[in-house]
Amino acid sequence: MTLLERDPQAPTAWRGNLPVTSRYTYGLAGEKFFRTLKDEGKIMGTVCNNCGRTYVPATAFCERCLSELTEWVDVGLVGELHTFTRLFVDYDGNPLDEPELVGFIGFGDGGLIHKLEADPDTLEIGKKMEAVLKPKSKRTGSILDIEHFKPAK
Amino acid sequence: MRKVAVIGAGMTRFVRRALETPKELSWEAARMALDSCELTMDDIQATCFGTAPDAFDGIHMNGEYASDGAGGWGKPYMRSYVGGGTGVFNPIQGWYHVASGMFDVVMVVAEEKMSSFYPHAQAAFVTIFDHTTERALKPNLLWIFALEMNRYMTTYGIKKEDIARVSVQHKRNAANHPCPLLGEADITVEDVLNSETLAWPVQRFDVSPVSDGAVAIIMAAEHVAKRLTSKPVWIEGVGWHLDSAYWTNRDLVYPRYVEYAAKMAYDMAGIREPRKEINIAEPYDPFDYKALHHLEGLQLADRGRAVELYINGTAAPDGNMPVCPSGGLLGVGNPIAAAGLMKIAELFWQLRGEAGDRQVPGQPRRGVAQAWGDLMQVGTVVVMGR
Repeated sequence: MTLLERDPQAPTAWRGNLPVTSRYTYGLAGEKFFRTLKDEGKIMGTVCNNCGRTYVPATAFCERCLSELTEWVDVGLVGELHTFTRLFVDYDGNPLDEPELVGFIGFGDGGLIHKLEADPDTLEIGKKMEAVLKPKSKRTGSILDIEHFKPAK
Repeated sequence: MRKVAVIGAGMTRFVRRALETPKELSWEAARMALDSCELTMDDIQATCFGTAPDAFDGIHMNGEYASDGAGGWGKPYMRSYVGGGTGVFNPIQGWYHVASGMFDVVMVVAEEKMSSFYPHAQAAFVTIFDHTTERALKPNLLWIFALEMNRYMTTYGIKKEDIARVSVQHKRNAANHPCPLLGEADITVEDVLNSETLAWPVQRFDVSPVSDGAVAIIMAAEHVAKRLTSKPVWIEGVGWHLDSAYWTNRDLVYPRYVEYAAKMAYDMAGIREPRKEINIAEPYDPFDYKALHHLEGLQLADRGRAVELYINGTAAPDGNMPVCPSGGLLGVGNPIAAAGLMKIAELFWQLRGEAGDRQVPGQPRRGVAQAWGDLMQVGTVVVMGR
């Protein structure tokens, strides 16, 4: 129940929406990043030799010097858990039947935000986490081609 | 206040549907602007970004999202936003960053990716109207401007075939631009009059196209500009002004908000007789009649008589006061914020004599660029000179 519905003093309201449907493109770097994830099951980064940084997910340009980035690197499927949280409510504030884990997994000088499948009692910052990919036939070129990250063996 | 110059500019092609993300479009323009004056991001002290309603790019807080492409990393960075007026307000923001003495070199980037909105960007405008009194009627801008165009035409008795000359002139001009979406060297008034009616009296070729693109400029304080280029183009005057938020409470025939913005800019520039002192005009032209409307607000024509500039050739590229030599929004395209900044870039190139095939003759000394937007009641004006 929303706050307005819980509050008997709430003003009369009506419901409307902002009808916005978008058609997104992957972009210059995204085309290659997601194609490689889908077809080869690899997470790719790009390197700025000028600034000495590796961007993951790969970007077309360096955010620091605005150089074009053309050097692509496979950063592997194992990254380091920078931080995580355990969700007990969804984004509307409704309770979740099962709490969910999400984390930030570092790769290069960047990383990915993703779902985690792990024992919350033993999970800790700094752990090596491995991407679990969908089978190739099920991959569509989406960030959800990675099902989740699990503690690496 | 310190003198401020534009010292570099860059722009992407304006296209119907770009592969690039909004970040990448911003980056392409920013990169070109830096390269044009041989600077690096180390030289840029602050970044100003402009983009119109987030609904187009399909991401809320598009200014923050696109900030890496716009060179916002590690800089004082801020998005300014006055709807369609953003592209000419954006350099005003850059101007006061520098004029105030806070920064010596500032990058100004404007971007819009309207193709993200599906199925058609025009529908995004329903999200800007009052949710209780207006949105239920499903208004879009074609509606609103058809209402305004009808009022303007009827008040002064201007014929549609004369208004169509604006579209023809601008689309022909755009044929000489390297980045246009609708440059058409051979288009005629008949083509405009025979195009599909969208909302009478607005027909397909009376209105600018949905577009994707980005533009960037570099602005610098006088002592830096003079060191970096032999051809600085000075920001001589800036102005902006807001009319009523209710379109029903506005004069639809005469854009008072443009008049006040223009007078503010002309005062600052020391211009007393704009018709004699302005050599090139880049009024905002998302619709053909709007160029006329805005020329009148800019005091470059008497009320109801701007169309004569097109009939007698004054507005042509080789006329006494070329209007939209770039090709404007009607010809180059209308990625909203980027389209406004494109006008600033056009004055920069024209006043430096670097406008290529569309260079106007006579070594123009001074130009004015203007945009309009918010809830169709803001005027933003910049006067530039060399």
